[in-house]
Amino acid sequence: MSDTQSEETGPAERQEPIPMMQRILDSPFLLLFLGVVVPTVLYTIWGVMEVASIPLAQ
Amino acid sequence: MTAETAVGTIGGRAAKFRTCQFTGLKVDTAAQTLIKVNAVAAVIFLLLGGVMGLLVALTRWPAVHLLPAELFYLVLTGHGANVLLFWIIFFEVAVLYFASAILLNSRLATPKLAWLAFLLMVAGAVLANVAVLRGESSVMFTSYPPLMAEPIFYLSLILFAVGTLIAVGIFFATLVIAKEEGTYEGSIPLVTFGALTAAIIAVFTLASGAIILIPTLLWSVGLISNIDPLLYKVVWWGMGHSSQQINVSAHVAIWYMIAALLVGAKPLSEKVSRTAFLMYILFLQLASAHHLLAEPGLDPSWKIVNTSYMMYLAVVGSMVHGLTVPGSIEAAQRRNGFDKGMFEWLRKAPWGHPAFSGMFLSLVMFGFIGGISGVVLGTEQLNVLMHNTLYVPGHFHGTVVAGTTLAFMAATYLVLPLIFQREIVWPTLAKWQPYLFGIGAGMISLFMMGAGTLGMPRRHWDITFSDAVIGYEPSAGAFLMMGLNGIGALLASVGGAVFILVVVGTVLFGKKVQSGHQLTFPLHAGGGKAASEYGSHATTKLPGTAVLVAIFFVSFVLYYFINWKYLSELWLFR
Ligand code: HEM
Ligand SMILES: [Cu+2]
Repeated sequence: MSDTQSEETGPAERQEPIPMMQRILDSPFLLLFLGVVVPTVLYTIWGVMEVASIPLAQ
Repeated sequence: MTAETAVGTIGGRAAKFRTCQFTGLKVDTAAQTLIKVNAVAAVIFLLLGGVMGLLVALTRWPAVHLLPAELFYLVLTGHGANVLLFWIIFFEVAVLYFASAILLNSRLATPKLAWLAFLLMVAGAVLANVAVLRGESSVMFTSYPPLMAEPIFYLSLILFAVGTLIAVGIFFATLVIAKEEGTYEGSIPLVTFGALTAAIIAVFTLASGAIILIPTLLWSVGLISNIDPLLYKVVWWGMGHSSQQINVSAHVAIWYMIAALLVGAKPLSEKVSRTAFLMYILFLQLASAHHLLAEPGLDPSWKIVNTSYMMYLAVVGSMVHGLTVPGSIEAAQRRNGFDKGMFEWLRKAPWGHPAFSGMFLSLVMFGFIGGISGVVLGTEQLNVLMHNTLYVPGHFHGTVVAGTTLAFMAATYLVLPLIFQREIVWPTLAKWQPYLFGIGAGMISLFMMGAGTLGMPRRHWDITFSDAVIGYEPSAGAFLMMGLNGIGALLASVGGAVFILVVVGTVLFGKKVQSGHQLTFPLHAGGGKAASEYGSHATTKLPGTAVLVAIFFVSFVLYYFINWKYLSELWLFR
C-alpha cells in the first residue's frame, strides 16, 4: 500500500510483495488468536496457578 | 442522504442498499436498522444508569446524604451495571456494525442472528435490572464472593454476554464477507481496525466472563458449595478489566472517525497507528492484574510482569494515539487552510459541532485525567496509597465517563443525521451539551480522586463511621471534596439529561433528511473517503501538537513523582 493519500493504487501496482508486518495486521484471525492466547497464558493460567499453589490452612 | 435504495443479491441474501449523500458510503439498510435499535437501547440504559449515578453521588454528598444504606448499595449496583455494561456495550455493538458493514460498503452478515443477539442482550439487561431492584442482589459491580446475588442476576449477565458474543461473531463474519466480495480496496480502514481490536479483546473478555459467571451461578443456585474468592477475582478481572479495554479501543476508533469525517483527517501513519492498536491486542488485557496488586496471595513476579513490563507497551500504544489523533487533526486543518502560527488549526476547529467538541474533550480528559491516574494506580508500589479509596472511581470516571461516554455521545451526533437520517433538533442545546457533560464528568473524576487522596473510602455509605468501634473522622478537606463532587454530579447530570433530550427529540421529531439537504452540523467534504479508505498523510509539521504533547508529558512526570514522594512519607525509615 502506498503511504500517500491520493495516489491511485491500481491492481497492476500491487505486484511488489506485501511486507510481513502488514500481512500480520491484515489477518484478523491471526490477531484474534494472539489477542486471546497472550492474556490467557500470561494472566489467567499463570494467575490461577499462583492461586492454586497457595497452601491450604490446616 | 438519498431515499432511493438499490436492491442487489450478494452471497445469497438480497441486501438493500442506499448511498449516503454526505459520505458516499453504501449503507446496508438491515445494518442501519440494527445500528438504530442498539443505539436506542444504549441511550435508554444510559438514562436509567445516569439517574442512579446521580442518586449515588447525592448520597455521598455529606450535606445531602440522600438514600438509606440498603438502597445506596442497591442503586450503586444498578448504576454500575446500567452504565458500564448496558449503555456502553449496546453502543459498542452499534459501533461494530457500523465499522464493518457501513465503512466497508458491505452487507452485514446474518441480520437475523444480529436480531437474536439484540433480543438476548435486551432480555439480559432487563432481567438484571429486575434482579437488582428486587433488592437481594446488591453485590456491586464486582460481585465478589462470598457476597451472593440471586441466581437471576448471574443468569441475566450470562444472557447479555451470549448476545454480545453473537454480535462480535457477526462483526468477524462481516469482515470475511466484505473481503470475499471485494467491497473495499487493500487493507481495512483504520477505524475498522480499531473496531477489530475492540472485537478481539471482547472475545477474551466474554470467555473470561463465561468461565467465572457460570460456576458462580451454580454456586448461587446451590449446586456448588464454595467459590474461592481469590480465584474468582483473578478470572473475574480478566473480564472486568478487559471490558474496559474494549471501551478504550472503541473510543479511540471513534476519535479517528470523527476527526476524519469532520475535518478530513487521515492518519499520520497507518503503520504507526495500527501498531499502537496491536500493542492493545497483545498487552492491554494483561493489565487486569492491576486490580489485584494488593492481594497477598499472588506472587510479585506475576503482578509485575502483567502490570509493568508488558502493560507499559500498551500505555505506549495509548500515547501514540494521543499524539496521532491531534496530530492528524492539525495536519488536516493546516491543509484546510488554517496554517497560521502554532494554534490557528485548533482555534478554528469546529468547536460548535458537538461531535468535534465532544471528541476533543474526550481525548484531552481521557489522557490527562483517566490516563495519568491509571498509570499511577497501576504501579504496584503507588497502588497502596489509593487502593479501595474514592481515587479508584475518580480514575475510572475519567476513563469511562469523560473518555468513553463523552466520545460515544459525540459519535451519536453523527449517527443521528447519517443513520437515523434526522436533523438534530435544538442545535443550540446540542452545541453546549458536550461542554456541560464534559466539565461535569471532569469534576466528578477530579474531586473523587481528590477525596481518595485524602483517604476517603469508596463504596461507603457512612463516611463519618458514626457507629464504628474505633471512630475515624475524615479531614475537612475530604468533606469539601465530597461536596464539590456532588456539584460536579449535578452538572454532569444536566449534561446527560440534555443529551437524552436532544437524542429523543431528534429521533421522534427531527426533520427527515432528504436528498440535497444541508446539515446543521456539516461534515467535511472529503470526510467519507478519509474515514473509509486506507492511507496516511505523513507530515512532521505539527508544532501545535508537539506543544500539547510536551504539556502532557510534563504533567505526567510531575504527577507520577509527586506520588512517589507521598509514598516515601507514608513509611518513614528512621
Ligand atoms: C451523571 C453521571 C455520573 C455520576 C454523577 C456518577 C457518580 C458515581 C458515584 C458517586 C459512584 C460511587 C463511588 C463510590 O461510592 O464508590 C459511582 C460509581 C460507579 N460509576 Fe458512576 N457516575 C456517573 C456516570 C457513570 C458512567 C457514564 C459510568 C460508566 C460508563 C459510570 C460507572 C461507574 C461504575 C462502574 C461505578 C462503580 C460501581 C461499584 O463500585 O460497584 N458512572 N458513580
Ligand atoms: Cu483495569
